Amino acid sequence: MNAALGAPARSRGASPERMLVYGCAVLITLFMLAPVYLITLAAFSSRSAIFDFPRALVPTSLSLDSITFFVGFHGVLPALLRSLEVGLLTVLLSLVLGCPAGYAIARYDFRGRDLLQLLLVNVRAVPVVIISIPLLVTFIQWNLYDTVLSVALVHAAITLPFTVLLSASVFLRVPAELEEAAMSLGTGRLGAVARVVLPNSVPGLAAAALFAFVTSWNEVFVAVILTQNNTTLPAQVVSQLSVSPLPFRFAGGFALMVPAFVFIFFMRPYLFSAFRVGAG
Amino acid sequence: MAPAVLFLLVFLGWPILGALGVAFQTAAGQWTLANVQRLVHDTDFGLAVRNTLLLLVVIIPLELAVALAMAALAQTRLRGRGLFLYAWSFPLAISDLAAGLVWLAIFTQHGYLNSLLQDLRVVPHPIGFLNYDNLPGLVVAVVVAETWRSISLVMVVVMSGIQSIPAELGEAAAVMGAGAWRRFRHVTLPLLKPTIQVALILRTTAAFQVFAVVLALTGSGLPVLATKTESWAYDARNYQMAAVYAVLLLAFSSLGTLLYLTGLRTPRQVFQR
Repeated sequence: MNAALGAPARSRGASPERMLVYGCAVLITLFMLAPVYLITLAAFSSRSAIFDFPRALVPTSLSLDSITFFVGFHGVLPALLRSLEVGLLTVLLSLVLGCPAGYAIARYDFRGRDLLQLLLVNVRAVPVVIISIPLLVTFIQWNLYDTVLSVALVHAAITLPFTVLLSASVFLRVPAELEEAAMSLGTGRLGAVARVVLPNSVPGLAAAALFAFVTSWNEVFVAVILTQNNTTLPAQVVSQLSVSPLPFRFAGGFALMVPAFVFIFFMRPYLFSAFRVGAG
Repeated sequence: MAPAVLFLLVFLGWPILGALGVAFQTAAGQWTLANVQRLVHDTDFGLAVRNTLLLLVVIIPLELAVALAMAALAQTRLRGRGLFLYAWSFPLAISDLAAGLVWLAIFTQHGYLNSLLQDLRVVPHPIGFLNYDNLPGLVVAVVVAETWRSISLVMVVVMSGIQSIPAELGEAAAVMGAGAWRRFRHVTLPLLKPTIQVALILRTTAAFQVFAVVLALTGSGLPVLATKTESWAYDARNYQMAAVYAVLLLAFSSLGTLLYLTGLRTPRQVFQR
């Protein structure tokens, strides 16, 4: 009796099917994480370790040689600073333009709201390659070519739809009653937004800001097309690809990934709701 | 509201029309197809189209299949599910350029893959995966790097779609005797159609623009549409030719989007929450 009851339970614990499931899960995990480990290893290995063959798969001689070589490389540090500038400017533009629009979608029932939401969702399907060439011609005419501002403007346009949709869903979660209560206590709509809505929306808006920053930091094509001397970091790395030694490229790969680490760390609780498709 | 819409019109909407202008107008402002003729006779034009499409038809089905498998795995009562999902979404915010450089460290002549193969005594000499004349090697490297980078996005989109499917449906099917696979195949998958459609549109648009991964891994060994656009604009300063390439790219990706919208249309009567 006992054995009969126990048998299925035991076999469920280590059935071939379960083994297969866990085997696959572990394999996928290895595929996702091993490259991150290897580039980190490559970026922090001494020169001799990088040019050794076969290369050691475990840390043998760690050093900051490659990283300091990369940062000290001609043009890298200014490009890094410009990338930060472009990223922050993108965040600023995206939030300043996106939050009021998100608020309008969350609070007002205006004509064309559904159409607007549909458009915002589908704007992501516009290839940036197509917009960058005419914008290049325009920016040359406007004397904005090869500036931090020109890249930030385009990055803001790329991130804006997402900021609008995300901020709308963030504002929706703040009860309208709270706002009305504040207004009944004598503050205007703007006062209520500033004192009630925004303080309650900080985590969500921070997520939107982080998303905008990382999108801008990662974007290569527009940055390559719109700049010549005032490049961002990825554009700088691309322009040096064919002439730079391997340690430069490995250290560059690692450096470019740092904001992605920050992103995934902070976005973890939002991951599976931030990308929800459709109206929600 | 208005400022955001205006901003998008100026920096996203207008440039699409602008690109047509740059591509099909002469300096004097007359419409012409001369640039299209130059495009067709451009060196590497055929190669760029072939490579772009080749990468696309390998990457997109592969990613969708693996992402669905990952989502299905996560749906089984997997212990440590949260940790697995976290690891699987890890490359989510890694750029295409960084992904290319990561896999360069692995695929390069004296890189980690050849080191491993050598340690295991699988090969006597390092293999030139990324040699300019090794087309399969170059394609596989780009496919692996691009899949690694973007599969997380597809998985996250698919997972969030799965989460919006009421659990009762699967439970009802289970009560009626459907096993895990049949529940996934006949309950989850049909209801995921709209989600899959969105994921396919996003990924196909992005795959047509594949750029920095290709540059980082192959240099100029594997010309694609976006690298041709960039080299005409940046190296040659010929904005007309760059725009023609960009318009071709837009045409391809619009066609792809249209195919997904018509091919994966969801009948209204399908239950949706």
